[in-house]
Amino acid sequence: MPSIPSSDAGPALMEVRGLRRHFSVDGGWFGQNPRALKAVDGVDFSIIKGESLGLVGESGCGKSTLGRNVVRLDTPTEGALLFEGTDIATLSASELRRFRREIQIIFQNPMSSLNPRMTVGNMLIEPLRLHSYGDRASCQRRVHELLELVGLKSEHYNRYPHEFSGGQRQRIGIARALALNPKLIVCDEPVSALDVSIQSQIINLLMDLQDELGLSYLFISHDLSVVEHMCDRVAVMYLGRIVEIAPTHELYSRRLHPYTRALLSAVLVPDPAVQADEIILEGGVPSPIDPPKGCHFSTRCPFAKDDCSASTPELVEQHPGHWVRCMRIDEIT
Amino acid sequence: MMSTGPQMTRSDQTPGTSAAAKNAGRTVLQVSGLTTELRVEGGRIRAVDDVSFDLLAGETLGIVGESGCGKSMTALSIMGLLPRPIGTITSGSVVLEDVGDLALLSDAQMKAVRGDVVSMIFQEPMTSLNPVFTVGFQLCEAIQAHRPVSRQAARQKAIEMLDLVGIPLPELRFDNYPHQLSGGMRQRVMIAMALACQPKIMLADEPTTALDVTIQAQILKLMDRLKNETGTSIVIITHDLGVIARMAQRVLVMYAGVVVEEAKVHELFARPLHPYTVGLLKSIPSARHRSGPKKRLHTIRGVVPSLNALPRGCRYSDRCPDVHDRCHQSEPPLARPVEDEASQGERRVRCWLHCKQ
Repeated sequence: MPSIPSSDAGPALMEVRGLRRHFSVDGGWFGQNPRALKAVDGVDFSIIKGESLGLVGESGCGKSTLGRNVVRLDTPTEGALLFEGTDIATLSASELRRFRREIQIIFQNPMSSLNPRMTVGNMLIEPLRLHSYGDRASCQRRVHELLELVGLKSEHYNRYPHEFSGGQRQRIGIARALALNPKLIVCDEPVSALDVSIQSQIINLLMDLQDELGLSYLFISHDLSVVEHMCDRVAVMYLGRIVEIAPTHELYSRRLHPYTRALLSAVLVPDPAVQADEIILEGGVPSPIDPPKGCHFSTRCPFAKDDCSASTPELVEQHPGHWVRCMRIDEIT
Repeated sequence: MMSTGPQMTRSDQTPGTSAAAKNAGRTVLQVSGLTTELRVEGGRIRAVDDVSFDLLAGETLGIVGESGCGKSMTALSIMGLLPRPIGTITSGSVVLEDVGDLALLSDAQMKAVRGDVVSMIFQEPMTSLNPVFTVGFQLCEAIQAHRPVSRQAARQKAIEMLDLVGIPLPELRFDNYPHQLSGGMRQRVMIAMALACQPKIMLADEPTTALDVTIQAQILKLMDRLKNETGTSIVIITHDLGVIARMAQRVLVMYAGVVVEEAKVHELFARPLHPYTVGLLKSIPSARHRSGPKKRLHTIRGVVPSLNALPRGCRYSDRCPDVHDRCHQSEPPLARPVEDEASQGERRVRCWLHCKQ
């Protein structure tokens, strides 16, 4: 077993090993030649207690699929998900029950992830009841506690989702994720649908909660500035694979993989005095159904040579804690 | 967005003569006192309230603000695309060079102008392109709606436009349906369509919000290049201050239907005056603000007020950290800030703190 990218700051809470999630896509006449869409194609990383791991990449790179597999809303095709040492990748629904309270998820659009016909109170009590939290009175106490924790008021208990603003709805989504005292929360684009002034309120809330409750986050986002602000380590994904993973400051200051360089150079700095040094990539991300052979990035990489499409490069530790998947890494740095 | 109305040609328009150099400093669009009301349940709200600005030839003007601030409604008012019958321009004028006040034009007249002299691109190109026609057909339709050209010539022009916006193999892409193109490609097609008749002005409403960052970089670069080549003035509407910093020369900041600050882009970012602009700039997570370990972000308290329940006096008074008595009494005018009194700058701000009286 090769060592996998992790931080040495403590024991792993969640260890993802060789995770693959392939979907079968119809192909040919009446689907006689089904093809595999490799949404997640061999991913290894670990998250330690109290850490925020950022997961960045463009649409279709598999970051949300990976998040859903970590929460086990989806079942991996292959690989292991070791949560505190237990592999939850293949557990059945009933076996999973006791892990459900430990791993939770927050979605991007709170309006579509909250039931419009349930009051906030009922929505927050539901998980408590399902997991036999206690009697009715203690459940209600807990809900009021949760509302306060996320910056809502007790009088919001009997209101419906449509009565709230976008930022408040996201607070409800966070309260629901926190209801059962989870250890790990997957945040899937939690602030992407919010305005700038509201976005900063939610980011602060997530950071405060982490300090207060010792939470670990897998923070999925396409917004590289938010990730830089929030996360301790960052993983960059491209077409189902992690191409680079490193501590945040290290990644942003010493970007090694050609894709990471292009991605970070395209981030717009809110300052007209900063002259953008953009690396413009040609074309768009190829289809994950027929990804390029060898290195997935080889078709758009400015440094690619013939052998890049001949074999798949491994994730290699270039500096302590800084892993890169590129076979030309020594030539191009 | 392209109309398919009767073929109308405009004799006063000579296509193909605009160039960025020859028309610097000329005003192509003058919006004054534009006020747009929307009829909603229980009354009317002012989505755009007394908005005025000039757009110069070959310039990129940015309009920035959060959801519901009126930035998109301003663009739709200019284009004559307000949702009917709920939206109407109640006062003000939108004077386009050589055409006149767009707010006074009939539907048929506006149809002739739209897509020809002014055009617009939207956030989600998939919803603006018709899924059952090829992109080539839609491009030709747009061209033939405004120019009396043969099908063959329109096709030639369409392929030329696809090539201009950087679509590889334009002859093949001509026959593609929108779903066969990626998001970035579709936005390129929209830009090709918007620029096909060499308009004086292109309004871009959140043109890159739905795109990934590397594709956003491609599209913004393309817009800049085309602006320089064709001399088309651009109004870019966005919530993203990064896009503003990258693209705009001048900026309007909007809040709750009004312009709260207008400035050259460098002035705005170096020395924002309105407390809302200050708060907005400070709220963005950025490496510049990150000294040492994790730090809390600056926040603006509260939420944007609903347009039918605006606070008394200044609209920002309930969220402003620098609020004082006068702010609750009356709304400040949009005026030259007291700091710039001596200079002849065009900077304007709507705040009692920076007001002379």
